[in-house]
Amino acid sequence: MTKLTDMTLAEAVDGLARKDFSAVELTEDYIKAMEASRPLNIYVTETPEKARDMAKASDARIAAGTVGPMEGVPLGIKDLYCSEGVRTQAGSHILDGFVPPYESTVTANLWKAGAVHLGKVNMDEFAMGSSTTTTVWGATINPWKRRADDKTDLVAGGSSGGSSAVVAAHAALAATGTDTGGSIRQPASYTGIVGIKPTYGRCSRWGIVAFASSLDQAGPMTRTVEDAAIMLGAMAGHDPKDSTSVNVAVPDFRAAVERGVKGLKVGIPKEYRVDGMSADAERLWQQGIEWLKAEGAEIVDISLPHTKYALPAYYIIANAEASANLARYDGVRFGLRVEGDSLDEMYENTRGAGFGAEVKRRILTGTYVLSAGYYDAYYRKAQKVRARIAEDFERVYETVDVILTPATPTPAFPVGQDADDPVAMYLNDVFTVTVNLAGLPGISVPAGLTAEGLPMGLQLIGKAFDEETVFAAGRVLERGADFTAKPSFLADAGI
Amino acid sequence: MALDKATVAHVAKLARIKLDDAEIEKYQGDLNAILDWMEQLNEVDTDSVEPMTAVVPRATAERHDVVTDGGRQDAVTENAPDAAHGYFVVPKVVE
Repeated sequence: MTKLTDMTLAEAVDGLARKDFSAVELTEDYIKAMEASRPLNIYVTETPEKARDMAKASDARIAAGTVGPMEGVPLGIKDLYCSEGVRTQAGSHILDGFVPPYESTVTANLWKAGAVHLGKVNMDEFAMGSSTTTTVWGATINPWKRRADDKTDLVAGGSSGGSSAVVAAHAALAATGTDTGGSIRQPASYTGIVGIKPTYGRCSRWGIVAFASSLDQAGPMTRTVEDAAIMLGAMAGHDPKDSTSVNVAVPDFRAAVERGVKGLKVGIPKEYRVDGMSADAERLWQQGIEWLKAEGAEIVDISLPHTKYALPAYYIIANAEASANLARYDGVRFGLRVEGDSLDEMYENTRGAGFGAEVKRRILTGTYVLSAGYYDAYYRKAQKVRARIAEDFERVYETVDVILTPATPTPAFPVGQDADDPVAMYLNDVFTVTVNLAGLPGISVPAGLTAEGLPMGLQLIGKAFDEETVFAAGRVLERGADFTAKPSFLADAGI
Repeated sequence: MALDKATVAHVAKLARIKLDDAEIEKYQGDLNAILDWMEQLNEVDTDSVEPMTAVVPRATAERHDVVTDGGRQDAVTENAPDAAHGYFVVPKVVE
């Protein structure tokens, strides 16, 4: 029999329903894998007892015949999601010891669907980063290494780098991520897994520590496209507690996965051939085009003329929203307090000591672009450019159904690279931020290995609330790529 | 337009973040590089464009003005660095 930890989410759910094995057996193997994954610094809070209790409850439901869509599935949860009774710090010193008295809506939905909480996984502080190195817990290491260099530690991407590494290393069956500018899709690309950021409003943001409220979205990170479809279905849905969550029916995403792409029009945006794009990205993009064509899709050259302005517009809007959202960390209600002689001094001391360098940089930038005299020049201008970017997409969606691009310009880079050059680090998000600004769904699917032996993903961008087409086209890429390569580190190797 | 040190210190004051001189100098460089890079937005013609404030344009959700939650003072203050008698404790603000 194959290892339980080698199964996909779809296989595990089906096997559990058939009683081929129990939820407790599956969870025990993942607890072993969780422990074995410690050298990569993925889990920041392990909750094995909670996992065992939840798995037992899952087995009881299976015995009673009431099986949920995520029944018995052990998950890693990004440290950005509030977990009732479990330390949640968003990778920050300023939330030291914070134990939420409530559960985020998305994770509550997952537990209702039968899933099992293995533990909290690492991330860039407050989801601000592309490397999972700007965290109070220390960097997470990518389970992949360059073929000819097994010494250099590579980043797992960010900000959901714990979520990507945990899935790639088989230390969880799937994980939750969040994506504000690419924080699901870039780490998925860097670790050879699938990650989807759904349409803005598809998932509730309630109980997820806020970074940039008009851009943040929750999404699943999984081993296959079908797994992502199953898990997104369990996460999504209207929530009266988030006024931006949209009250539309959640389709049966799993049913759309095998729909195919025959007759579908796939747009190839010329502006995504950027400077600094690797030859590997170029080659994999061309392969993706061939895979879609071979299954009956029609390829259409398109133009999204405002693409190059997406990054600066994004960093104005995201930092402005972050400076407002992070005002709540004041040493009064939760987390760290550093005393001072006055209330103001206490605020300044607490925030000076509690926030890391990247978070400070973004709050300062955000405060500046919102300050008197600069609001119109920066913030209002960026909102207008955002409208232009959204118009670009509206126009091309009159003629195409979905858009194919690389997910990232390069594969995973060494830990520490570009740490002192914020603008260079921001360029990691060049292919993904446009999607957040326009609020569209975007998926990253593993497309193959680079010459150095590292995974890279392709991105599909869909129309608003048309994740089904994204899943169907994603499945065709997955079939074409037949990506079976494994990282050099697997946490279940000894099981 | 380059930010001087005094402006960086003022922005840090507005954001209530204590910075030492070395940090002010570092962020002065960082912010100037980031703001320079953001200047490229001025190339975009946005004269006839309304600023985009919502991704999915629709009416703000309404609800009945009734109490739906509450009576959980302990849960509200349990994470506070300092709390007493059901209140958050802060440094004295009124002489």
